[in-house]
Amino acid sequence: MDFGPHLLLASLEGAVAAAILALTAIGLSIVFGVMRVVNVAHGEFYMIGAVIAWWVASIVGTHPALGFVAALVVAPLIVGMLAATADKFILQKIDYDPDRTIVATIGLLYIIQQITLMTFGPEARPVQPPFNTRLALPWFEFGENGFEMYWPWGLSITSYKLFVIFAAIAIMLALWMLMTRTKIGLIMRATQQDSDMAKAFGIPVNRVYSWVFGLGAGLAAAGAVLVVPMQQAHYLMGHDPLLLSFIVVIIGGLGSLPGTVIAAILIGMSDGIISVFFSPTLAKIIATLVVAMVLVFRPNGLMGRSN
Amino acid sequence: MKNFDLTKSTLTRRKVLKTLGAGVAAASILPRLGGIAHAATSEPIRIGFQAHRTGIGAAYGRWYSRATSAAVTRINDMGGINGREVEIITEDDGTDPKRGAEVIEKFAKQHEVDVAFGTLYSHVVYGSAPRAGELKLPYFVVSEGHHVASGKLNRYTLQPGITDVKSQVQAMAPFVADNLGKKVTMIFPDFAFGHDHRDFFTAAIEAQGGEVVESIAIPPTETSFTKYFPRIPRETEVIYHVMVGPAVLTFVKELGEFFGPNRPELFGFIDSLEAVDFASPGLEFLEGSYFWEGMARYAQADQTDIDKTYRAAVGVDNNGASISDSRDVATFSHMFGCWETLNIIKRGMETCGYQGPADRQSLIEAVEAMSDMPYSLDHPQGAKRFNGKTHQTFGHQYISQVIDGKLVVKHKTSIEDGLYEDEVDYTKQSF
Amino acid sequence: MTDSKRSIILHLSFIAVLALVFFILPDYHTGNLARIMVLAIFAMGYNFLFGYTGLLSLGHALFFATGMYGLGMTMQFFDLSSGSAFIAGLICALLVSAIIGALALRTVGVAFMIITLMFSQAGYLIILYFGEYSRGDEGFIIAREARAFMGFDLSDETNRYYAALILFSICFLVIAKLVNSPFGRTLIAIRENEERAKMLGYDVAKYKLIAVIISGVVSGAAGASYALLFGYVGATFATVQYSIFPLLWVLLGGAGTTIGPFIGVLFMFYLIDLSSVVTPAYMLIAGVVLVLLTLFAPQGLAGELRKRVFKWLP
Repeated sequence: MDFGPHLLLASLEGAVAAAILALTAIGLSIVFGVMRVVNVAHGEFYMIGAVIAWWVASIVGTHPALGFVAALVVAPLIVGMLAATADKFILQKIDYDPDRTIVATIGLLYIIQQITLMTFGPEARPVQPPFNTRLALPWFEFGENGFEMYWPWGLSITSYKLFVIFAAIAIMLALWMLMTRTKIGLIMRATQQDSDMAKAFGIPVNRVYSWVFGLGAGLAAAGAVLVVPMQQAHYLMGHDPLLLSFIVVIIGGLGSLPGTVIAAILIGMSDGIISVFFSPTLAKIIATLVVAMVLVFRPNGLMGRSN
Repeated sequence: MKNFDLTKSTLTRRKVLKTLGAGVAAASILPRLGGIAHAATSEPIRIGFQAHRTGIGAAYGRWYSRATSAAVTRINDMGGINGREVEIITEDDGTDPKRGAEVIEKFAKQHEVDVAFGTLYSHVVYGSAPRAGELKLPYFVVSEGHHVASGKLNRYTLQPGITDVKSQVQAMAPFVADNLGKKVTMIFPDFAFGHDHRDFFTAAIEAQGGEVVESIAIPPTETSFTKYFPRIPRETEVIYHVMVGPAVLTFVKELGEFFGPNRPELFGFIDSLEAVDFASPGLEFLEGSYFWEGMARYAQADQTDIDKTYRAAVGVDNNGASISDSRDVATFSHMFGCWETLNIIKRGMETCGYQGPADRQSLIEAVEAMSDMPYSLDHPQGAKRFNGKTHQTFGHQYISQVIDGKLVVKHKTSIEDGLYEDEVDYTKQSF
Repeated sequence: MTDSKRSIILHLSFIAVLALVFFILPDYHTGNLARIMVLAIFAMGYNFLFGYTGLLSLGHALFFATGMYGLGMTMQFFDLSSGSAFIAGLICALLVSAIIGALALRTVGVAFMIITLMFSQAGYLIILYFGEYSRGDEGFIIAREARAFMGFDLSDETNRYYAALILFSICFLVIAKLVNSPFGRTLIAIRENEERAKMLGYDVAKYKLIAVIISGVVSGAAGASYALLFGYVGATFATVQYSIFPLLWVLLGGAGTTIGPFIGVLFMFYLIDLSSVVTPAYMLIAGVVLVLLTLFAPQGLAGELRKRVFKWLP
């Protein structure tokens, strides 16, 4: 492929990757931002979301769009409740102690993975996208006959990938409204800034934590439902999103929602564009190191404030 | 009191009848019983099964377990090995080389098994084989890696039940060059296994007058692939793909979306789609493309009785899926290796009159002495030729085309197509 | 008896017990113990940074792998003897941890965790990228004949056990000595209150960098020992999983105790090994046990011991 179309395609793919990253990381961003605990099981909530999407889609049958919409409602609810329960019976009991939370959530990760393996099985199972049309894209060039438009080989995107980009933007906006324009958001921000002070003002901090934990997990599940038609449900799929989410949240700046979005765009786009210039694995290595360097020069992340 | 007595006497009478019935039944299968009865004096033969129950290989592990227990049931029904019953002891290696080595240790020292067998993933083979050698435990792998024949392992590690990747690739190349095209782009994971495909196929296609115009090694952590496809040169006539792991479906789907209606020829290793249903959304794109298969997943028009019996024993239907769940698709091109390996262990043990761990060396020697194995229910995948020097077996390979969403065998390679020069002589190594 | 005397006696008798159990335990368990001691070296290296200096890294797999490949590659391609290759492994781990430490220590807290994770991911991919030499995920085997040191065949059960014990004891005693030295107390002071340590005039940045290097070299020693004693080098050991393991071991055993890392590894090994006897779904048991432990043994196993029985435990 010529350089121009190649770069365009890689950028488009980078944008899709950024949307996926933002969707997977946003739940962790809230949990991490408000509660300051390292939840190793976050990726597993994402995985359960994908598995539920498969499960709902195979029960509903008929048109894939129906199953998709049903999953978009059901998965976040189930996963959110599951997470809130785990918060109440485990994390609250250990008082959100940072070290113990790590061990407890590793335990949770083992439990969730094993149960999924025993019920859902070890295979990767696909979920049909509600719609998926291939859209060929044109490219412009100055040739012998002046300005020309042509359709390069392979330059295309699918309607579902475009939809995911818009869905990510919509969810981000909704969340931003929730955090800045509503009382729930006010309570969450108050708890984030100073939980003792919030308690003194009569905010039921423990209940807020349960809700936040549930909301974060629910968002991860919603992200999974959106992503699973492009990837597949698999019992080990939570691993990479977990790591990527952590990276996105920290690069963006802990507790900053806009930071998370900017970091997702930076990481997704650099991953896409760098892949144009180097062989695949080398591109990954370079992209990883470039992003790590952000922290070397901005230790609190892009939008983070120094403590 | 009276009632009680009556019951008691009835019970006794019933018992007598039962015993009589059992005796008659036993007499009717006396030859078989003779074997087992003789065995009753000795312990069962214990075979340690190193299984990928968890981790990335779990889908393979599940079907390796099913094929293994089916083969053992058959062997025991035929009277066991040397008249002794066979017992399988399964340990999970988590598809991890460290745990793999620990499991070998457990087999040798705690379970005190006679032999170990079963591993698929080559990094687990590499992690475990040194320990098996040190513990002098015969270790039969079902991995299709080139590790055994390359001479990097040891005298105690053998691969008699499945052809290795070098042989598979070499046997495929003439078909690709003659029927699909001579300019090939290869796409494979950036794993040693992918590099083996690249190196062996590049050499093999050049021998056929073709060339590899581009090799694209994909980092294993990748979940989206489209951005790499522009690297495929326009002149490409055939894309050769062999991907592993849960992202393979995404890979195939995105390849389809990239090319749209006009794609080059596709030749894939079924490893890309083992345990995956061909009816999955996105796979329509593969219609008309070609695959290497170790063994035909779909029952073919000329299905043999052997194939029928094998499927029924393992619990696989004519579409290569579980009889009880049509969405639970088998790893059909690999799991026959477990079945065949167990039959080879049986034959080896019977040849050397295996009694216990003291005879492990004679078992190895007995297997090393094996050569041609005819097509039979012991070898349902096809005839094999075992090379005792390299500890590696060579068999037929199948090339199938996707027609109406099913794989139809188009070409069967000969054993000779896959032979290559020995790289090692294990029989010269000391025990 | 003073606490420090008690502590010396405790450490020495612990080593003595390990030396003696070889004659008592069945073969299977001594083989396991050899592995556990090597992995405990890894955990001790991790604990030095996490437990005593308060820095949570998710990149220690890279240090382990650096030691492992440093030894393996020099034996494979330069035919170094096992002793010199071991030192080569340590030097590699020293260089890598110094570079990563210098860069990563610009951050604190969770950012430190993430940046070490990313460097380690890059390291894993670099091993795969140079698959031609490293054989990537598959790895390579170190020939049995090469695995000898001063005439001792290290693939022999007895030799291997005592080689592991000697390496373990050296690290164990050195770290125990170190954390009780003024240097170690400074690290603990940094862990407890970095600002205060800074105000007292300590060059905190220098202390932290030295802590990263010591931790990295000890972890590298563990990797090199694993390769030498068990004969296998592979990229699996550079995956994130092997960064999470030492964290888990240390938290389970008790962070900031000298004996905790060993206990954590021992506990986790037998938790998996024994529960897999009960059921194939052993991960479920392991998961439930981990959750219960955090509920009922908040300071880790050795931490609980210190709290309840031996208050003077170092």
